[in-house]
Amino acid sequence: MFKHVLLAADGSDHSLRATEKAIGLISTQDDSFMTVFYAVDTQTAKTDVLHHYDGDMLKEERKKRLAGVEEMLQKANVNYEIVERHGEPGPAIVQFANESEFDAVVVGSRGLNGFQEMVLGSVSHKVAKRVEAPVMIVK
Amino acid sequence: MILALLKKHWLSNVKGDVMAGIVVALALIPEAIAFSIIAGVDPMVGLYASFCISVIIAIAGGRPGMISGSTGAMALLMVTLVAEHGLEYLLAATILTGVLQVLAGVTKLARFMKFVPRSVMVGFVNALAILIFMSQLDHFENATWAMYALVAVTLAIIYLFPKVSKTVPSTLVAIIVVTGIVLITNAGVYSVGDMGALPNTLPVFALPDIPLTLETLMIILPYSLTLTMVGLLESLLTAAIVDDMTDTDSDKNRESTGQGVANMVTGCFGGMAGCAMIGQSVINVKSGGRGRLSSLVAGVVLMFFILVLGDLVVQIPVAALAGVMIMVSIGTFDWHSLATIHKVPRTDATVMLVTVGTVVVTHDLAIGVLAGVVLSAIFFVAKISHVRVKASLEDNGKTKRYRVSGPLFFAACESFQKSFGLVEDEVEKVIIDFSASQLWDDSAVAAIEKVMMKYKQRDIEVEVTGLNEHSSSLAKQMKLGDNPNMSAH
Repeated sequence: MFKHVLLAADGSDHSLRATEKAIGLISTQDDSFMTVFYAVDTQTAKTDVLHHYDGDMLKEERKKRLAGVEEMLQKANVNYEIVERHGEPGPAIVQFANESEFDAVVVGSRGLNGFQEMVLGSVSHKVAKRVEAPVMIVK
Repeated sequence: MILALLKKHWLSNVKGDVMAGIVVALALIPEAIAFSIIAGVDPMVGLYASFCISVIIAIAGGRPGMISGSTGAMALLMVTLVAEHGLEYLLAATILTGVLQVLAGVTKLARFMKFVPRSVMVGFVNALAILIFMSQLDHFENATWAMYALVAVTLAIIYLFPKVSKTVPSTLVAIIVVTGIVLITNAGVYSVGDMGALPNTLPVFALPDIPLTLETLMIILPYSLTLTMVGLLESLLTAAIVDDMTDTDSDKNRESTGQGVANMVTGCFGGMAGCAMIGQSVINVKSGGRGRLSSLVAGVVLMFFILVLGDLVVQIPVAALAGVMIMVSIGTFDWHSLATIHKVPRTDATVMLVTVGTVVVTHDLAIGVLAGVVLSAIFFVAKISHVRVKASLEDNGKTKRYRVSGPLFFAACESFQKSFGLVEDEVEKVIIDFSASQLWDDSAVAAIEKVMMKYKQRDIEVEVTGLNEHSSSLAKQMKLGDNPNMSAH
């Protein structure tokens, strides 16, 4: 079982599926710890500021986005922290994952088709390729 | 102390700022030219503006890492002024805009941003995107297939080149490639040179050549007012986005003053009014720009390129610039609002659509914002004007107590009065309890008076109770207290 797991999540359905699997991966011992990583990309930052403007409201709104993930973790009695960083999800997750040592990294997959993957780029693919720790991609 | 500040704001991130500044300068050039064409002035006017504004704002601005220059929002507001009165009046309006923005900064007007509802802001950017797109349609009138093909190639490069490299701005690559195609094939499409002169000279100081009369002021003032409002709106929105992206705070009042100083200087050096640019600021932050140096480098490098490469710049086909503007329009539009339009409250969606609709019809962003704000205010008043009145019987049915909840003011009076029925014949006393309400104006007091009159005519005793301090002093002022049956607790 893994002691320190990094879970990349943005509150979407596929990130909730990833949360479920991450909970299954993590050890039930007291010293195990899950880091939930939320990358805010430029487009999201732009939209969020436009729709909320005020700094505190904005933080509140982003916290709400991860409420589903938090709820699952609390139910499963997992120790966790939430880290929010600005950047494109792929590179941001890779950088953060390689900054400190994780036993495993879990990401959800959006399930893009070939064309979407070419234009949008696959986050999970980048993470799988460049993160040094073992990576689990949840479909 | 001063040295430490200088180090923090200017020299803490030299490499990142210089690199990002160069990238931004390259991305600014096509946009500055295209915005000039939208405004109907020579390309040099927009380029001088972007140079002056980014250099001055580097020093005077309140948000390090943000990029300002000539923008689409501002260019769209100038079209009729330029068409009817010419460039000199535009320069005068630019200087006046600067003065007004400095005043706004000094009087700390930035806090009123809060009064612009979010749905109006969303409408504002969506309308801006639509106007920029519509402004490009002129270029397609009687256009040959070559024009369409070149715009398509430009857009394809802009969106696909980042897959190859993210360090070079894809708009610049698109411009170079499409210009190359036109030069080789001799396609015979319009180029920047056909749109106006582009002398390789630095901007020089010259006050606008206009008669200093009241009449002149009356011509430029309306334009300056809308330019002031739209410029500050977009600049403060951009500043908030940069704040969020860099997890730092910024001085919004200093930014307003800085925008004003930048526009005053720009107007004196032959540039058109500008403001902060969301797209360019995002490019800057993404490329590693954080400090004031990035904006300074962007301005200086832009001027350098124009002086050296001016002869090549005139060869850029308008088709390539149209492609860039379509990209700007797509990037400006808030697609999120379109995807969630059925989920947000209907009043918010209406405000957004009315803002957009007003702008598209009037071609004036400021009027759209005003319409949106007014409509939001009306919806707000309508929403809170529902006072609820609950009746209950006390004292073996001899007394009827009406509990009023919600604010009582002019818009709520009608529903307040209607809540009192006429079937009180069997009760001897009526108590109107305001402990969950608040009286706001004289209409509220008058409404209470009317209700009391109705009961008194039928010899029913009326007691008003539960007025809070503010409400009862208002009632006294209005002499509601003259009534012997009234007691305010």
